[in-house]
Amino acid sequence: MPELTYREAVRDALAQALRADENVFVMGEDIAEMGGSMAVTQGLLEEFGPTRIRNTPISEMAIVGSGIGAAIQGMRPIVEIMYEDFLTLSMEQLVNQAAKHRTMSGGQVKVPLTIRTQGGAGWSPGAQHAQQLEAWFVHVPGLKVVFASTPQDVRGLLWSAIYDDNPVIFFEHRTLYPIKGEVPSELEPIPLGEARVHREGTDVTVVATGRLVHESLRAAEEAERDGISVEVVDPRTLLPLDEDTIVGSVRKTTRCVTAHEAVARGGFGSELAAVIQHGAFDWLDAPIERIGAKFAPLPFAPAMEQWVVPHAAEVLEAIRRTVARS
Amino acid sequence: MATVEERAEPGRKKVSEEVLRDFFREMLLIRRFEEKVEERFRAGELPGFLHVAIGQEAVATGVCSALALEDVFASTHRAHGHSIAKGTPAKKIMAELYGKTEGCSGGYGGSMHLYDLSVGNLGANAVVAGGLPGIVGAALAFQMRGEKRVAVAFFGDGATNTGTFHESLNLAQLWRVPAIFVLENNGWAESTPAVQQLPLPVDQMGKRAAAFGMKLIEADGQDVEAVYLAALAAREHALAGKGPVLLHLRTFRLTGHFVGDPQVYRDRDELKQERETKDPLRLLGARLDLSDGDFASVDADVTAEVEAAVEFAKAGTDPKPEDALKYVYA
Repeated sequence: MPELTYREAVRDALAQALRADENVFVMGEDIAEMGGSMAVTQGLLEEFGPTRIRNTPISEMAIVGSGIGAAIQGMRPIVEIMYEDFLTLSMEQLVNQAAKHRTMSGGQVKVPLTIRTQGGAGWSPGAQHAQQLEAWFVHVPGLKVVFASTPQDVRGLLWSAIYDDNPVIFFEHRTLYPIKGEVPSELEPIPLGEARVHREGTDVTVVATGRLVHESLRAAEEAERDGISVEVVDPRTLLPLDEDTIVGSVRKTTRCVTAHEAVARGGFGSELAAVIQHGAFDWLDAPIERIGAKFAPLPFAPAMEQWVVPHAAEVLEAIRRTVARS
Repeated sequence: MATVEERAEPGRKKVSEEVLRDFFREMLLIRRFEEKVEERFRAGELPGFLHVAIGQEAVATGVCSALALEDVFASTHRAHGHSIAKGTPAKKIMAELYGKTEGCSGGYGGSMHLYDLSVGNLGANAVVAGGLPGIVGAALAFQMRGEKRVAVAFFGDGATNTGTFHESLNLAQLWRVPAIFVLENNGWAESTPAVQQLPLPVDQMGKRAAAFGMKLIEADGQDVEAVYLAALAAREHALAGKGPVLLHLRTFRLTGHFVGDPQVYRDRDELKQERETKDPLRLLGARLDLSDGDFASVDADVTAEVEAAVEFAKAGTDPKPEDALKYVYA
């Protein structure tokens, strides 16, 4: 199997979708000549030209809104919001328009729009360039939400997002762009709504997203040395959620830790905990542990930033807390 | 009514009396529809939040008459008139206001979310300026596919103070997309008068276009012929690939912001005077020199259509509660 970086895997999915369907086009800030602020769209302008690879003004409301309008007319736009912090500037169009057109129209309208964005701490940008806001969108009926953590997943899920007939918010994590991983030689679409079990185990389930998938796999290896067998599950799609796989895993292991980089309070882990306690209440042997960022805007100084967001050590401590309960 | 192709002759400066009579009928239909909406709301039959377009009929009829069936538009919370004028049957709109499955949005939208894709209604929007970016995107799709269609956004003077308005016009002009931005300037942002919410004199709001280098076309929004000719010119400009147009129409809201609005903020004498001098139906009636008999005949015709719409709506089907989940996803 060939190996791609996460960044190359995103680019490959975009390029293949652009080749496959002339209704697909990409727009966003600095995505053309510059190739995007994360260098994801490099080379696309040369292959597909400026009509389909469109630089936009700094106008997040108009970027998302015009994507909605083009999508309703049968295009499959992919818009890039440079940092997910800037989704806040397009919130009206995402929440009131994209998510609601189909229901408000009594099923007349479809919005096949993909909104790619990225975020994540670990490089000290301060409070407005690294938030993890995925939980906000899981609360909105009509949206789909994806958060991919590996090159294989990001390629297969992005393809499915582009060809989904609903608005999909597609989260990428900044610190994952350089990681390498094997991918199938032919792009294999991954259906939205299917979790991935990264590692099987019997004592505790860690349900993790984004960067924390990798931190949790490291924590699981550490725990293994202590004789604790950890299962690591990545939902990959947060909305719709593969509840069967997640609940099934916890019924097997009887313990659960949720782990994401976003602030723990009101984070996606809270929704996971609710789903799991309801689906696996009679199986649980310990309270569900939630791992997430501390409740503070991301501070700039590296020492503070590192302390605020979780890493493998916090996941490992939570694993140990759950197994310590008899 | 004649199609836009039959009516539209580039460069024409006048509209035939026959077409004006068609316009009159449609505007009176909108007026009687809106009066019926007020009446049925007060009778407790209509749920929700309703905004009628009494006084603004010439904008709806004049603009929509200049559009082809395949042209699309997005409307505002004050959407009944636009929807009727673009071709959605009054009975389907009334059924929507009654929350019936036969409504133009299947009972999912209501007054502020009228849709009808079959005539290019991409949705009325209850967020001020909310529909504008989508119209830029629709026009972009037409441009990318080489289709000879325009996308039209209706909005009020209040919307020109939003960031969405500025982002949308900026992007539309940058990409020269075939969009028409119809500024339906009634001088009120709900209860707040122009002098408190507009940085320019109310009649000069068209100057906003200059900030984007956008083509400005202006007309008296109470004169349906002027509106129609201005909209035709705007459409020609957009279809010629010259970019979008800001179509500034000064109009008058001769009722409250919403049905039931006591208008405590409004000068009674001024409103009375506006009703006497700015009513687009009175103006067109005088222009056509309609006899009492002519008027009564048209009135009976449209009143019967509105009554039939109410009958249709009342006889409609209530949605099943659980159908609320039917269209969350495609």
